[in-house]
Amino acid sequence: MYIWALLILPLFSAVLITLVTRRHKDLSSYISIGAVLACFFIVLPIFLRFVGAPHTEHLEGSFRWIGVPGMLVEIGYLIDPLSVLMLFIVTFVGTLIHIYSRGYMHDDPGYSRFFACLSLFIFSMLGIVLANNLIMIYIFWELVGLSSYLLIGFYFEKPAASDAAKKAFLVNRIGDFGFALGICVIFYASGTFNFLEIAHQVHAGHLSPNTMLLGSLLLFCGAVGKSAQFPLHVWLPDAMEGPTPVSALIHAATMVAAGVYMLARISFLLYAAPPAATTVIAYTGAITALGAALLALGQSDIKRVIAFSTLSSLGYMVMSVGVGSATAGMFYLMTHAFFKALLFLCAGSVIHACHTNDIWHMGALSPKLKITATTFILGSLAMMGVFPFSGFWSKDEILSAAFANGDMVLYGAGVLTAFITGIFMTKLILVTFFGKKRYHGSPHESPPSMTIPLIILAVFAVFVGLVGIPSLHPNFGSFLGLHGAEHGAEHGFNMTVAISSTIVVFAGIIIGFLTYYTGTIDPDKMYKRFRGPYRLLENRFYIDHFYDNFIVAKIYNQVARISTFIEVNIIIHFCINGPAYLIRHAGLFLRSTITGGVQHYTFFMVTGVVVLIIVYALT
Amino acid sequence: MVTLTHYLILSFLLFSIGVAGVLIRRNIIIMLMSMELIFNSVNISLAAFSYYLHSLSGTIIVIFNITIAAAEVAIGLAILVAVYRRRKTVYVDELNKLRY
Repeated sequence: MYIWALLILPLFSAVLITLVTRRHKDLSSYISIGAVLACFFIVLPIFLRFVGAPHTEHLEGSFRWIGVPGMLVEIGYLIDPLSVLMLFIVTFVGTLIHIYSRGYMHDDPGYSRFFACLSLFIFSMLGIVLANNLIMIYIFWELVGLSSYLLIGFYFEKPAASDAAKKAFLVNRIGDFGFALGICVIFYASGTFNFLEIAHQVHAGHLSPNTMLLGSLLLFCGAVGKSAQFPLHVWLPDAMEGPTPVSALIHAATMVAAGVYMLARISFLLYAAPPAATTVIAYTGAITALGAALLALGQSDIKRVIAFSTLSSLGYMVMSVGVGSATAGMFYLMTHAFFKALLFLCAGSVIHACHTNDIWHMGALSPKLKITATTFILGSLAMMGVFPFSGFWSKDEILSAAFANGDMVLYGAGVLTAFITGIFMTKLILVTFFGKKRYHGSPHESPPSMTIPLIILAVFAVFVGLVGIPSLHPNFGSFLGLHGAEHGAEHGFNMTVAISSTIVVFAGIIIGFLTYYTGTIDPDKMYKRFRGPYRLLENRFYIDHFYDNFIVAKIYNQVARISTFIEVNIIIHFCINGPAYLIRHAGLFLRSTITGGVQHYTFFMVTGVVVLIIVYALT
Repeated sequence: MVTLTHYLILSFLLFSIGVAGVLIRRNIIIMLMSMELIFNSVNISLAAFSYYLHSLSGTIIVIFNITIAAAEVAIGLAILVAVYRRRKTVYVDELNKLRY
């Protein structure tokens, strides 16, 4: 029963802050932090129990929510290694980011509102993780969308922020539509929403291959929206309008990873479906990974660079699921949660110090922000996947899986992404923390409530990868116990892959170093020579332009015009205003008989009586 | 020989005169008087029926009617006086404020 507390506590905290303690800033933040911390301490013993005995039976509990003949909708939890891992990440990173926010948001007028939204988010996210059926995951899926909307639009008086919030919500809606259809397909085919029962039916071969293909592709649509995969990736970079802790928690560590979590949850379906499903997933991931890494090169806003690197990482995870190793995807999800949250929080600390997002207005910050700079560099090394930081192990898992899968295009895309990641992360470090002084004022290190989470996250970002060393037993993969596709499941530590990826990363770092530190490669000359491609990158491949000017302006607006015509003319004018007009004019006509003259009334009355008499006499 | 028909014709004539008075005359006092006429035409017919049908109930109703008519006229005249004090007119075509 204490598992329900995971949902009740954050929800209660959100409600309490909204209704009662909104005016007391400190109290609100303590309630919110207390709720997420309590969740962490509920999760911790379960997590440790599962780590101690990886093959523990899963726990499932539920109650009936809607029960009609032929359909049962439950609200329930499913605790297995996969959800325990995710619970641990969400509550642990969540706690650190809550604590960090206390410092980061210190004199914001919306302080209490911020914490209420964070609690709402924790509630929704834990709901996704715990869900034991598709309907429940869908409900909480929408709830994280809502909290994401509220938090992106946190500075709603800023037009860019409210636009970004709307964009995120609407773009997600497209993906969620597919998700909803997918749920319908699966329910239609299997007659249940429950994951374990669906898995049972899939293993028993009750679902036809085409149904499974359709179902998995439609469910994947949900992941495309939430995990910001190409072509619905456009919302994530704009989502950086929200406060930085939000970017760290929601748009890097947890919510955007929910898509990957969901794919891992339904991996039994993906791997049982015809290979076309996983191929689509793998290529979507690879395109996103490579495209986003390229785009990150063209950005100069510290948060946007990290945002694009997040996109790229999400692409990696999705590709990993696609090449048949959901385990590697989840492993990358875990390491990514730590190092990306760390990077965002460091970026927040830098922004806090410099009051700007533009890396060209920073430079030489490392002596001023020692802790931030150190942790940022550690996080970046993990992100780039340098041996032996966490990113190395998780990226290596994915690349090995791609290599073992045998599709060299995917493998090449992965390696190329690693190379470009090396370049732009090096650029980010060098331009922000080293080189010439370009900042104004006197930046100072952030308060301990911000730096302590950085240090804790940095420790995890460095070491957490060690749990996934392939030669260890038991290691991460055996803990998770996901059944991968046959070809991708069993692959050891591939020396070729490890060495080649290390070489390309170092090549990337060296190019970055030569360009942005020693100046051997002059960035301005490069910019002049490759002006065209650079402009392409700066404008994000014109995908946003394409959406704005073609999809929205041409197609969407035409549809909107037709809908408006139908709405205004048929629904409003005919169906609603029509009867009103009729009644109004009938009233206008009838009231002309109310003259106020007594004799008129008498006349009508007498006439009526006479008519009655005549009628009576005639019949 | 005066028969029931004669009484009924008288009653009908009085009734018609009364209705015409209510419909045509503008003076509210005349209208009130015309209504009394209608009233009494009914009383006549009731009394006549009572006489010719050898039943006392008609007569009793007439007596009730006269009592009620007295009270009604008292109220009607009182309202009339109040209206006159306020509006300084007794013509119904000027008393037409209760309208749309």
